Amino acid sequence: MSPTISCSSVYKIFGNNAQTLLSESGGNVDAKKFQEAGCIVGVNNASFDVNQGEMLVVMGLSGSGKSTLLRCISRLTDATSGKILIDGEDICLMNNKQLIELRREKMGMVFQNFALLPHKTVLENIAFPLQVKGVTTENSIHKALEMVELVGLKGRENYFPRELSGGQQQRVGIARSLAVEPDIWFLDEPFSALDPLIRKEMQDEFLRLQSVLNKTIMFVTHDFDEALRLADRIAIMKDGIIEQLDKPDNIVLNPATDYVRKFTEDVPREKVLKIESIMDASDPHASGEIAVKKDDIIETVAEKILNSKEIIKVVDDKNSVVGSINPSKVIKVLFGG
Amino acid sequence: MDKNYLNIIRSSKLAQFGILLIVFLLLYNLVPHNEGNYFWRLPSLLAFIPIKLNEIIYAALYEWFPLKVWDPIFEMYEEKAAFREFTKSISKGLLFLITFVRELLLGGDKIIDVFVSDAWLKDNDWMTWPALPWTAATVGAFLLGFQLGGIRLALLGGIGSLYVSIFGNWVPSIQTLSFVLITTPICFVLGLSFGIWGYLDRKVETALQPVLNVMQTMPQFAYLVPIIALFGLGDHAGSIATIVIATPPMIRNTILGLKRISPEVVEAGLMSGCTKTQLLFKVLIPTARRDILNGVNTVIMQCLAMVVIASFVGAKGLGLNLKIALNSLKIGKAAEAGFCIVLIAVILDRFTKAWANKQVDYFENLTFFQRYKLLIIFGTSILIFSIIAFIANGYFDKINYLYVIPIEKGFTFAHYIDAAVDWVWETFFYSLNSFNKFLLTEVLGPMKKAYLGMPVVATLTLTMGVAYIIGGIRTSLLVGGMMLFIAMSKYWDRALITMYMATFAVIMASLNGIIVGSIFAQTERGSKIILSVCDFFETFPSFVYLIPVIFLFNITDTSVLIAAIVYATVPATRYTVWGLNSVPLSLHEAGTMSGVSRIQRWTNIEIPLAFPTIMLGVNQTVVFTLQMVILGALIGTEDLGQLIFGALSRAQDGPGVAITLGLFVSLMAISVDVIVRKWAEERKKALGLA
Repeated sequence: MSPTISCSSVYKIFGNNAQTLLSESGGNVDAKKFQEAGCIVGVNNASFDVNQGEMLVVMGLSGSGKSTLLRCISRLTDATSGKILIDGEDICLMNNKQLIELRREKMGMVFQNFALLPHKTVLENIAFPLQVKGVTTENSIHKALEMVELVGLKGRENYFPRELSGGQQQRVGIARSLAVEPDIWFLDEPFSALDPLIRKEMQDEFLRLQSVLNKTIMFVTHDFDEALRLADRIAIMKDGIIEQLDKPDNIVLNPATDYVRKFTEDVPREKVLKIESIMDASDPHASGEIAVKKDDIIETVAEKILNSKEIIKVVDDKNSVVGSINPSKVIKVLFGG
Repeated sequence: MDKNYLNIIRSSKLAQFGILLIVFLLLYNLVPHNEGNYFWRLPSLLAFIPIKLNEIIYAALYEWFPLKVWDPIFEMYEEKAAFREFTKSISKGLLFLITFVRELLLGGDKIIDVFVSDAWLKDNDWMTWPALPWTAATVGAFLLGFQLGGIRLALLGGIGSLYVSIFGNWVPSIQTLSFVLITTPICFVLGLSFGIWGYLDRKVETALQPVLNVMQTMPQFAYLVPIIALFGLGDHAGSIATIVIATPPMIRNTILGLKRISPEVVEAGLMSGCTKTQLLFKVLIPTARRDILNGVNTVIMQCLAMVVIASFVGAKGLGLNLKIALNSLKIGKAAEAGFCIVLIAVILDRFTKAWANKQVDYFENLTFFQRYKLLIIFGTSILIFSIIAFIANGYFDKINYLYVIPIEKGFTFAHYIDAAVDWVWETFFYSLNSFNKFLLTEVLGPMKKAYLGMPVVATLTLTMGVAYIIGGIRTSLLVGGMMLFIAMSKYWDRALITMYMATFAVIMASLNGIIVGSIFAQTERGSKIILSVCDFFETFPSFVYLIPVIFLFNITDTSVLIAAIVYATVPATRYTVWGLNSVPLSLHEAGTMSGVSRIQRWTNIEIPLAFPTIMLGVNQTVVFTLQMVILGALIGTEDLGQLIFGALSRAQDGPGVAITLGLFVSLMAISVDVIVRKWAEERKKALGLA
């Protein structure tokens, strides 16, 4: 199956003669040289795929180009060069009409500062993408009511954005982006403007939604912990370059560059690593009463393993045994050494 | 040694200003005052400008692009300039609209006359539209106020229109209102369209900025003569003058509002799949709604501020009454008309603001009657009162008081005011007179003489020097160019008189404003009070300020200056309060913990930090005083304003002169604006406030 989003050699360079400078450099972009020429490099040679139902989290500090990358893929800005395929079609070559069609049918986006329309109520905000598409008021309001229920805002349908807390406003933003039932869901630092407690709550809510909806997701954040919590895969960006793109546990175990290592240093391993990464796969016929799944995060099953007197078997999704686990390995992860 | 001095001069602006002052004084005293000396006065090389302008206007009106037009009276084709036909049709259209609204409210048959023949109308004299009785209008205003802002606005609307009616000002008030009702929507549409265009196209915005600057600083009088030339006299001419004055703020508000929308909201619209049109009408304009409606509010206020000035080109209504009363020195009557204008301004102001802030609840579960309850009451009460008034036709033999109370039958307090003025006049004659005399002979006279005795080279050096020190070479050349333009006309002396009056008024108004603002800004409550007082005074049409001063100080420079000072104190106060309130609280606390006294805190912390903002207020006072000083021509001063005013009666070469002189005043205001803005920007940056 072809990937839902596929980028190859995407560049975004801001400045007057970006195009000529880029073709002169032959794809070998040096940010410093470009800056001297009056250009700022937003995205530097990004190539990756996002598969159907996968959540890719793009992580980077401010100015790393993560939001720019997201905007290139949603074509809120035009990439300077490169190919961006959405379900096999190059979005950079689309005309305005096709683009509007694509956004109306396939895409939804959530913004950092919510970007709700101040003159519309919760319900009207959520129904807005449907209404610009030409859905009747009755049907769009009906759909919006469903969405209100989905994000847990029942009873506040007629509030105006200014009457809601930050967390509630972002729920509206999420509901709006989901109203057209998009396949692809873009989230641009959706929880960064919220305070830590609410942020945690919204992350849980988000995971719950994703388990129900199973969208293809690109999620931008500057918070490494958030990335670890949510991602199927993480892309770490710096100065427009993707430094590493891998599964969370792999990034923690094998950081590709020093920059990535700095982020991973303080991360508690047991919160990231899965049983799979410490199991003994050479023993596929281990017996025993107690089993853990290979995709379980170590922290969540550590107690179960350490309390057990017997060998613990590791099973996969289909409940067939794939290996066993030695408690000493768990202790090693938990307490280092 | 030498290098050291140079460095000090380079780094210290104070030293630079000192040197500039010395050079200025040297030039002032050394240049001989005789005609023919170009250092004293420049030759009027640009005297041809007003003449050329006139030629262009008349050529456009009578010569260019001739069209063959059928003349129904002479039954033949006539050659007429396309431009003239164009202006004529605009005039006709506007006049029709104004008359239409007027007749709708006051009754009559002029509009019906347009659609049927004269003869038919004469035979069927029942065929007139009935007037709206003032009783119905009062109830209507009450209900409308209630709908918009509860009982307070209801009382304001109801009592306001009751007052207007029983004091006999119903007819002129409606005339003024119909003028506002037609002019405002036109300004709104024009302002919104240009604003959107400017927002969408950067180039258009850059082109609009200087045009708007000139339009907003031109004295309103300057537009009148060209408008008479192009459109003739009448209500429509007043309306056009008002449109020219009131559209620029609408454009600015629209651009400002659209620019303030966060880019995320635009992106959210795009990602929702909006087309360009949907984005504009469903996302951008509604999101900028508050700013746009504030623009509408400004437009309405400008319309009312213009009613007196519009009456000079033939607009009827309260403005005309005020002008006539003022011309015949009937202070009481003038005050009454002025009070009505202020009242209408306040009512419209509060109503539109309430409307702008009103949020609609779309999901209230109401039955048809509940939802439209007020509308139904509104309609039925107007109908009932109309019927009562109609029936009363049989009861009253001459004047039906339920329709209109004519001015001679209405209540009046004019004679009380006249008596009060007489009393003040008799009691304080000597003190007022001697104050007036003192001011004229000891302060204003010498100041005027000093300004007139300034050689042109000294003036140019001073202005360009200040511009150079503050803004660098580009600002200096810009300001110098504008001043040179004035200096090379034959109106330099008059311009100097305008400058002297403006300087005096600006200094006084700024001092007043800074002092008053500082006192009230000490507490939050005080700030609120003084800002709402400023709001209130700003709804006064500029003309109203002239009424009391003329009677206290006669027709002298003093009257105009005092009116200008009072008028311009408002923005100075407002900006002072804003500036002081924007000083961060942490700095207040830091000051207090350093042990400063209240006065020290004011002089060492608050004023320096608030000063850039205060200077922007001073900038506003310049525009305000210039407007009032030019307006003062109406009561007789001898500056540029008087010439603009004089051009009114010289239709032949008037338009060119009026435009040129208006432009001069505008250039003076812009010169100050360029310098002050630059300074405030840099200062704010230096203080880390921007």
